[in-house]
Amino acid sequence: MNRKHLSVLFFMAVFVIACKKGSPIINEIEKFVGFQKPANFPEPVYNFANNPITKDGVVLGRTLFYDGRLSRDNTISCGSCHIQSSAFTQHGHDVSHGIDDRLGIRNSPPIMNLAWNKAFMWGGGIYDLDLQPFAPITAHEEMDESVENVMVKLRQTPKYADLFKKAFGSPDITTARFMKALSQFMLMCVSSNSKYDKVMRKENGASFTTDEMEGYAVFKNKCGTCHTESLFTDGSFRNNGLGISTLNDKGLFDATLIETDKYKFKVPSLRNLKYTAPYMHDGRFLSLNGVLEHYNSEVITTQNLDPLLNGNRKGIALSATEKVKITAFLNTLNDEEFIKNPLLAEQ
Amino acid sequence: MNTYKKFIHIITSIILALAISACSKKSDPAPSFDESKLAHFSIEFDNIVGERTLVLDNVNNLYTNAKGEKFSISTLQYFISNVKLSTSTGETYTVNQDSSYFLIKGADRSTRFTKMRVPEGDYSKLTFTIGVDSLRSTMDISKRTGVLDPASGHAGMYWGWNSGYIFFKLEGNSPSISDDVNGDPTGNKKFRYHIGGFGGYSSPTINNVKTVTIDLTTAGVAKVRSDRQSNVHLFVDIMKVFNGSKAFSIAEHPSVMFSQFSTNVAQNLTEMFRHDHTEN
Repeated sequence: MNRKHLSVLFFMAVFVIACKKGSPIINEIEKFVGFQKPANFPEPVYNFANNPITKDGVVLGRTLFYDGRLSRDNTISCGSCHIQSSAFTQHGHDVSHGIDDRLGIRNSPPIMNLAWNKAFMWGGGIYDLDLQPFAPITAHEEMDESVENVMVKLRQTPKYADLFKKAFGSPDITTARFMKALSQFMLMCVSSNSKYDKVMRKENGASFTTDEMEGYAVFKNKCGTCHTESLFTDGSFRNNGLGISTLNDKGLFDATLIETDKYKFKVPSLRNLKYTAPYMHDGRFLSLNGVLEHYNSEVITTQNLDPLLNGNRKGIALSATEKVKITAFLNTLNDEEFIKNPLLAEQ
Repeated sequence: MNTYKKFIHIITSIILALAISACSKKSDPAPSFDESKLAHFSIEFDNIVGERTLVLDNVNNLYTNAKGEKFSISTLQYFISNVKLSTSTGETYTVNQDSSYFLIKGADRSTRFTKMRVPEGDYSKLTFTIGVDSLRSTMDISKRTGVLDPASGHAGMYWGWNSGYIFFKLEGNSPSISDDVNGDPTGNKKFRYHIGGFGGYSSPTINNVKTVTIDLTTAGVAKVRSDRQSNVHLFVDIMKVFNGSKAFSIAEHPSVMFSQFSTNVAQNLTEMFRHDHTEN
């Protein structure tokens, strides 16, 4: 009797130890804190009430984000053009490189701080993150697939029944759940741990160097109106004097047909520029120096050129020293924790 | 005396009963309007093309528009929503929004009946929307189920790049279409009319949401009763897309999608509907 009792205890102990050893998942759940607004950020605009962020929702969203089944021939995933190590852009490509080696017309934008975005895409047209994935999935030169067929493929993939059940309570795979899971993952792609953020939040005595500090002052004076802190974009659409491209991309106009929207593109954030070259909606500038020189001397007057660039002197006067200092400041916006965060990586 | 009284009573009852039943047979008075007591009602969207029925892929038997252009139709689909009914005495009933979105497909005749439940009554006026209202067009994705699911089996009634539904889609071919960039450079002589635009999320853009009101008094009011199925039979004349008050030539406008010109086509869409009769 006693021996039996002991052996039962022994087995139970082994079981408990096994459980503990084989459960990194349990630790991960304890670590998962959901979506958190960084202290130095404004209030997000995404409607979280309609899509509460859960650990399982994010896991499902991440699995979908990195699944090639979202494309016609199962080769292109969201992560193909939004690569984490490039701050979720397609570094080195002026325009996105999609299915069958087809090329898009715009530079792949970062999946970053989307909870604060009111409008999506370089040229607008989409104003709800939950509706955004329809665009790349169905675009001929991106994933060239129908969302209906993606649903069919997901239903045929056994792991998804379980993943959807964990995330939403039942194994049903619906368009809304699919979109909301993708949103949950993308919303978690928050970049807020650059040196700049740590200085602003006074973390661990972080401070700017002299160059960075002076660059910050020039930045606030000459760039900060459109690239407003802490997101480094005011989310507006503007014509920054790039000159009309050979394809005559009219930007926001295509979505609104409003004459005053012609040649306006979304003001991009300046976070993580180290990882995201080339720059602008069509990736025409290979370096930050190229971008700064554009504002200094290459602004071209076209319809709806932003008034801020169209004063007595066209563009924004930047001396060589100012450019060096602005660059030093912009380098404080690079967030290495973001591009290395294992929770955002393909598993 | 007693017997006589009884006799009179019975006779009166019989006469009264007869009178009442005669009355109800003749005039069928409208029942009291009770929104908690709903009965079946349907509107039939019977697609026609001018003087002919709609036959898809009619390549050997082309239709001809007012400009003399011959054409065939390969795809016809449109959304009908937000049905509202009015009685001659002024009561109105708006069909529950969640059950008030219908996709009529030329290729699937069963979709021509839009079935709903409304209070018993005699309806003399019918109002509906061609397309999807702005409220539903911007609603949370979880509220877009059934025909409104942007991914469901009617792929092609949603613009992913410029969030919104295509309200009306008509595609086909016409020998009048040129093979150059002003026509169809693939040489297939195909026309495409994808009409949408609900007014925009953040800035006012084109609004092609159109409301149509139809007077039912001439061709028959809809007598909705719980013991039968009232069906308002509409003819939907697709020829009006070309021949309406904003008539246009297929050769000049072989492809109309999200553009200012689409507002002309949208105007023509409101002229397609004609009440033929009501089955009560």
